[in-house]
Amino acid sequence: MAAVMRASAAYLPLLLLAIAWEAVARLNLVDSSALPPLSKVAVAWIDLVRGRELIDNGAASLYRGSVGLLLAIFGGGGLGLLMARWRLLDVFVNPLVELFYPLPKSALIPVTVLWLGFGDGSKILLIFLGCMIPVTIGAYNGARGSDHALVWSARSMGANRLRMMWDVIVPSALPELLNGIRTALALAFILLVSSELIVSQQGFGYLIGYLGSTGAYEGMYAVVLTVAFLGFAADRLYQLFIQWLLQWRE
Amino acid sequence: MAGVNETASLAGAEAAISRDAGRRLDAVFRSGAGIFSILVLLIAWEAFARSGKVTAFMLPPFSAVAERIYADAIAGDLWRNLAVTLFRALTGFAIAAVGGVALGALMARNRIVRWFFDPIISVGFPMPKIAFLPIIILWLGLYDVSKISVVVFDAIFPVVTATLAGLAGVERELIWSGRNMGANERELMWQIALPAALPQILTGLQVALPIALIVAIIAEMAMGGYGLGGAMMSASRFADSRGVFAGIVEIAIVGYALIKAMALVRRRLLVWHHETAEDR
Repeated sequence: MAAVMRASAAYLPLLLLAIAWEAVARLNLVDSSALPPLSKVAVAWIDLVRGRELIDNGAASLYRGSVGLLLAIFGGGGLGLLMARWRLLDVFVNPLVELFYPLPKSALIPVTVLWLGFGDGSKILLIFLGCMIPVTIGAYNGARGSDHALVWSARSMGANRLRMMWDVIVPSALPELLNGIRTALALAFILLVSSELIVSQQGFGYLIGYLGSTGAYEGMYAVVLTVAFLGFAADRLYQLFIQWLLQWRE
Repeated sequence: MAGVNETASLAGAEAAISRDAGRRLDAVFRSGAGIFSILVLLIAWEAFARSGKVTAFMLPPFSAVAERIYADAIAGDLWRNLAVTLFRALTGFAIAAVGGVALGALMARNRIVRWFFDPIISVGFPMPKIAFLPIIILWLGLYDVSKISVVVFDAIFPVVTATLAGLAGVERELIWSGRNMGANERELMWQIALPAALPQILTGLQVALPIALIVAIIAEMAMGGYGLGGAMMSASRFADSRGVFAGIVEIAIVGYALIKAMALVRRRLLVWHHETAEDR
């Protein structure tokens, strides 16, 4: 109970902001189309859920985001682990990773549209390409840092390459790999929403742009806040997942 | 407090990644192999595009893209778009840097400021703030002010958390001895606390800079007009695939140059710090 009280006291400033928002909008201190009252935004949110717009577009976004991110995690993680174990691959692929690491990922949006059009495929490819590199670098750094003594003793006990990878390298690479995935998760949200905002006929970003262009600003605010909350919640849930997964380390 | 520390670890993780990426380039053998792989990539691109397996629309040959970049450079379009994009990204970055350090320092010193901003920062950092783009357009219109504002809004969070974490990590003994020697609060902040926190603040800036560039380009794509992002988007609308690929190459070079420049600034500013000595 005390913990709940403390947590709600810590988030009191957010509540104050919400009240200030409502007051500013209700007292007409700003143009009400630029800032509709929070209560009206809440009503619009319920309407969007009832009318299924939010659910359908949200499902499209979550599908694109999760498929792209999963591909990036397996593709990028696998590449990073292989690079750490296989020197030849490391020497020749690492420069390419370094070349593409600083590329502002948003530059890929028009290219994926050129290749795959306006639908799901281009968003999935965009998220895969954009999110792969942080995962690769996390897996690579983590696997290179794994304890040599562990690797040697596993080898002397007759572990083959595959078992070595799975039982020794992956667990010791896990903390850095998981951090890379966290960066990728944040990036996936950014790429998803912005690509849907710029070129799409479906998804959260599309819905935001559509509602904005038809002047339904209450609805637009409702979707923006939903996306923002989902991004925040995904990060917090992922952190809980990391804590649970890394329990075995003291 | 826990919230801000958790989010700071996100910034730390990204910075650790970029720092390691820089350090790995040391051996001569490796840099030779690096030039080799990039050449192989470009030759493979050229050969694949000319093989007839893909249309020139899907993948124009590298030579055609290079020609296009050259033509844009001669005509002056390239420099104008580059200047506009860099102006937006770097102005936004500069405002986020100054504002973020100031807010972080205020939060570290003043309990009420900290109480108020702590939940806002820890909730706001992991949010996809780009979703607010249409709201910012609604408020500020389609011109530079709104594009720069989006950049600031996105880039300021890692700076604030890095400043806070850096100031929290300053050794107590440093502060005590400064106070003993008669430094007032302002001198303590400017001459002791902020320099001691500088490595972490720079880490935050190194996270914020690529964010600023990514967001500036997204804003240009969404709002149109001049700039590298806007030029890419209009090329894409006119199915001008050489223009799109020229944009990718230009933006990749800009991103690479900015990140290297930032790493250089870090090394210059931290000449006194043991981290720089370790690098050599």
